[in-house]
Amino acid sequence: MSLVQGAHQETSQAAGARAVLLSWPEFNKPAVWLVAVILLIMPFIASGFFLIEIFATTLILGTIALSLMFLAGYGGMVSLMQLTIAGFAAYMVAVFGMSANTNISLGWPWWLATPMALVLATIFGTLGGTLAVRTEGIYTIMITLAIGAAFYYFTNQNWPIFGGHTGINTIATPKFWGVDWRSDIPYYYVTLGVAAFCYFAVQYVSRAPFGLALQGVRDNPRRMAALGFNVNAHRVAAYAFASFIAALGGVLQVWNYRQISPGSVSVGACIDILIIAVVGGITRPIGPFIGAFIFVILRTFALDLLVKFGLDGNRFRLLIGLGFLAIVFWSSDGVIGLWERWRRRTATPDKRPGGGHGHG
Amino acid sequence: MLRSCAVLVALSSLLLSGAAMAQEKIKVGVTATLEGTYTVLGEDGIRGHQTAINTLGKKVGDKELEFIIASTDATPDSAIRAVRKLIEQDKVQILLSPLSGDEGIAVKNFAKTRPELTFVNAASGAQETTYVDPAPNFFRFNMDGAQWQVGLGKYAYETKGYRKIATVGEDYSFIYTQVFGLVLEFCGAGGQVTNRQWVPLGTKDFASVIAALPDDVDAIYLGLGGADAVNFLNQYQQAGGKAHLMGGSIMVDQTILSAKGNAKNALLGTIAASGQADTWEDPGWQKFVKAYQDAFPPNKRFPSPSLLATNYYGSTMALILALRQVNGDLSNNQAKLKEALAKIELDAPNGKIKLDSNRQAIGTNFVTEVVDDGKGALFSKVVKVIPNVNQTLGYDPAVFSKIGLPSRTVPECKKY
Repeated sequence: MSLVQGAHQETSQAAGARAVLLSWPEFNKPAVWLVAVILLIMPFIASGFFLIEIFATTLILGTIALSLMFLAGYGGMVSLMQLTIAGFAAYMVAVFGMSANTNISLGWPWWLATPMALVLATIFGTLGGTLAVRTEGIYTIMITLAIGAAFYYFTNQNWPIFGGHTGINTIATPKFWGVDWRSDIPYYYVTLGVAAFCYFAVQYVSRAPFGLALQGVRDNPRRMAALGFNVNAHRVAAYAFASFIAALGGVLQVWNYRQISPGSVSVGACIDILIIAVVGGITRPIGPFIGAFIFVILRTFALDLLVKFGLDGNRFRLLIGLGFLAIVFWSSDGVIGLWERWRRRTATPDKRPGGGHGHG
Repeated sequence: MLRSCAVLVALSSLLLSGAAMAQEKIKVGVTATLEGTYTVLGEDGIRGHQTAINTLGKKVGDKELEFIIASTDATPDSAIRAVRKLIEQDKVQILLSPLSGDEGIAVKNFAKTRPELTFVNAASGAQETTYVDPAPNFFRFNMDGAQWQVGLGKYAYETKGYRKIATVGEDYSFIYTQVFGLVLEFCGAGGQVTNRQWVPLGTKDFASVIAALPDDVDAIYLGLGGADAVNFLNQYQQAGGKAHLMGGSIMVDQTILSAKGNAKNALLGTIAASGQADTWEDPGWQKFVKAYQDAFPPNKRFPSPSLLATNYYGSTMALILALRQVNGDLSNNQAKLKEALAKIELDAPNGKIKLDSNRQAIGTNFVTEVVDDGKGALFSKVVKVIPNVNQTLGYDPAVFSKIGLPSRTVPECKKY
């Protein structure tokens, strides 16, 4: 992954205002504009089910996986607790906001409850990160997984705050300016807006001095420390930033289902986020969204597909597993890696410029 | 670039075609726990559902019923996801869902956001679902967990002479409701419940639970189900446990009694209560058992239908009969169907069922004892039949509401 990342550093060295704009590779490619336009007019193309269950869900899961991509891709820290942070934010929305469970919910209006949830989840994630930065590699995975598992079992058995196995139902969603923001089309635009905001925020941070220092920390912490950078402070700050993104994803998720319970923060779901990030590719911010799309499509249609071919529908998890196995087998850096290799292969015979890593 | 554009356009046109749909059919979405701890329960539920279709047929007037099944794993999240998939993707008009307690609470709350559709509960049995703030379009034709325990407390106290018991149960709404029913009656008769242990759904290692079981009790009540129950029994036998046992409605059930291995033999002689009894003589029940046995080869079913099969049978039957009463008329937000469902009196295999003003079943309950049929298969034998059990368990509604909602510590062990 560090090979590909090298490209970012070259581009960011370019000076001048024009170069700043051009250094965002998104803005000078027609395909990118086309995807953006399709995403914007999606409500006119897709029906309610595809709009929410496929595309909005993809954007939400993609946002949560994006926070993992930021940590893993730029910081070299694989954190399995990103979904836990999202789930924590979701629970906080339910606890501070309004729901059917009046014993738990404090009944704050959404514009107070949501920032509160985001702040608390960011603090929660930062604290978890502070624990995790003292370790490296597999130990980081272990610690963050332990935090995720502990949170799952805690929510499962804690009734006063988290509502136990039943969770919290009928959570109120925002309504203002005469719009019900949970009705399909406004909600889709909310998720799209948040996902785009997070995507560009990650792009921006990865080129900002902080992001470059973080990548330096990833590649050689000892040298960065010798240069006077506080390695742990950079890592903790990266966790704080990633936690905020994950928390945004969590808030969207709880608005989507209007309900939160421990099943949403189970260990399996934590690992789903890792799968999404790995399948999509953790070298670029677009990867998690591609991974999320593949994941959502497989999860939704695998059962129908098996039944259509006359096979036992109960084996649909096998199909999902095989799909992911195939992707990871042929491309260790996910779909993004496949795409780049394909670009390189088609670019070489044409002697087309701008091959290589495909951007910059 | 052009190629990738073409792919995108092709993709979006694919999505569009998914929205097209045909009419002349009434689409019904069914959910069952086909994953996780309660897989076996979900599978037998679907068998019961299929048996009802075999018996009653799929025709309603000139329309045909189409059933679409979605899988859940007993968590409320998975139930909501499955129900939304059925409504939004498969465009079902009626839901037959869900199986498990907390799923029921979540689906009931969801039902309020889709008041135009009709929800018939498949098998879930938490009290809160229909007792607290019920949804006007949610109908439950099975009794709740507390109703299913009626008769057990008195029988244990009076006939078996148990005075002190302890309970072990899964930590969620349905089992709370079951223990609620047991404790009310047992403590009301003068007994004592000294210790209540709760384990998370999906627990595999029961060593600490078994070690913490008190010795000075007359019996231990088990409120477990599916894989949890089998795991507990295995480990309990290995630990040399010999106490008298009492069982909840999904503990003493064919889903456990026909499990492979010896562990189930720990249940011989166990007393339990449930909405059904395997060996009931009633001709309606016997007919249902035969229909179930004829519908599936012996290795693909239980020797006798489980409580889940019976519940799914009953709810499917209620739905089909109500649809026939209104000749499949779903106009005006299914108003006629909802009215018919609220009024229907069901001659279900496990006794007569009618609904109260909260659209909750009033039905028949059974106290049973586990017996061996002589060939190694275990069945629940009827000890006592209690007709007309309502949701307040015979208490005055005002008194009943003071007891509180079922939870880990409610009700207290005293006479209300």
